Amino acid sequence: MTSSNPLDRPRPTSLGDLFISFTILALQGFGGVLAVVQRELVERKRWLTQEEFVEDWAVAQIMPGPNVINLSLMIGGRWFGFPGAMAALGGLLLVPLGIVLLLVLVHGRFAADPHVAGALRGMAAVCAGLIGAVGLKLSVALRKHPLPLWWCIAIALFGFILIALLKCPLPYVLFGLGGLSCVLTYRRLNP
Amino acid sequence: MSDNLQLAPHLVLTWHDWVALFGHYLMMSIMSVGGAISTTSEMHRFLVDQHHWLTEEQFSQSLALAQAAPGPNVLFVALMGWHVGMNAGSTTAALCGVLITMVGVLTPSTIITYTAARWAHDNRELRPVRAFKQGMAPIVIALLTSTAWIMGSSAGQGGNWRLWLLAVACGLIIWRTRLHLLWLLAAGALLGAFGQV
Repeated sequence: MTSSNPLDRPRPTSLGDLFISFTILALQGFGGVLAVVQRELVERKRWLTQEEFVEDWAVAQIMPGPNVINLSLMIGGRWFGFPGAMAALGGLLLVPLGIVLLLVLVHGRFAADPHVAGALRGMAAVCAGLIGAVGLKLSVALRKHPLPLWWCIAIALFGFILIALLKCPLPYVLFGLGGLSCVLTYRRLNP
Repeated sequence: MSDNLQLAPHLVLTWHDWVALFGHYLMMSIMSVGGAISTTSEMHRFLVDQHHWLTEEQFSQSLALAQAAPGPNVLFVALMGWHVGMNAGSTTAALCGVLITMVGVLTPSTIITYTAARWAHDNRELRPVRAFKQGMAPIVIALLTSTAWIMGSSAGQGGNWRLWLLAVACGLIIWRTRLHLLWLLAAGALLGAFGQV
């Protein structure tokens, strides 16, 4: 997967750069790393545009496997092929795996501590805010969408109602509403 | 963990059992469309109900700990492998469990995704590929806002409006500025640790 970008954009300099970048962003993700990926790689490092991020995410979401793992494989593979995919995957998993195993070893000692529980609660709230903000920001990318903006908003809103309020199982939403959206988009695209 | 150990079963795992565990996670990997979390009920059936390799408590603790720790949530799978190994009696077995479950749950999906992504990238000018990638964009946004909503409401249970306020304030800061997320996380942790939220 060589990059097709004609522009001289920022990109990871090496496999080590990829590995470290993904380690750092994994360590910021409490309760979900995807939003951190957008924050770090799109906004701060500018390796990807908003549109590329949303498109890669669509593929990562529909494929089997953890979404953020799939996304890291695709982003890593973009510049360095399979070794890049493995570097991003390793960065995402190795250090957090060590931390989580340490946590399970000491779990009995700190689980009852109200300070620790409070700190975790606070960090989870920050992450909820982050995820909401990323959702808002990505909505801006809908302006360049082949479908009229109002259709996009209606689909997104309907999806929100199905997932958040009606607790509809995710595969139904992905294949049902997502499939409908893809068909509508297909008809609007120039052949 | 000492309180769990009293309840935990003492397992004798044969080669056959390890292979069955590996095979189960290989299958989970292929079925995990929409994220590994969507297969947790099937993992529960296999590990807790069918084989009694994990206690109820160890299962839910694996989910909760992975959620609370930094990093991808799929690490709950590693914790399940860890507990199965610990129940079999040693740290070596536990590390073996981590390796077997993680390699199992990642290998098939990695191969499928990498191949599919490569194909989609090579054929990115095709109309169906463009329609799929762009058509999913509104769904992606719906998923994100839903996740924020669900996380916010589980955090704000019991009418804790300060947690909501913290989440909204962070959302605004992140939306309008490029402040590094670690500062906000540290602030959230401090506020929580000192009982302010």
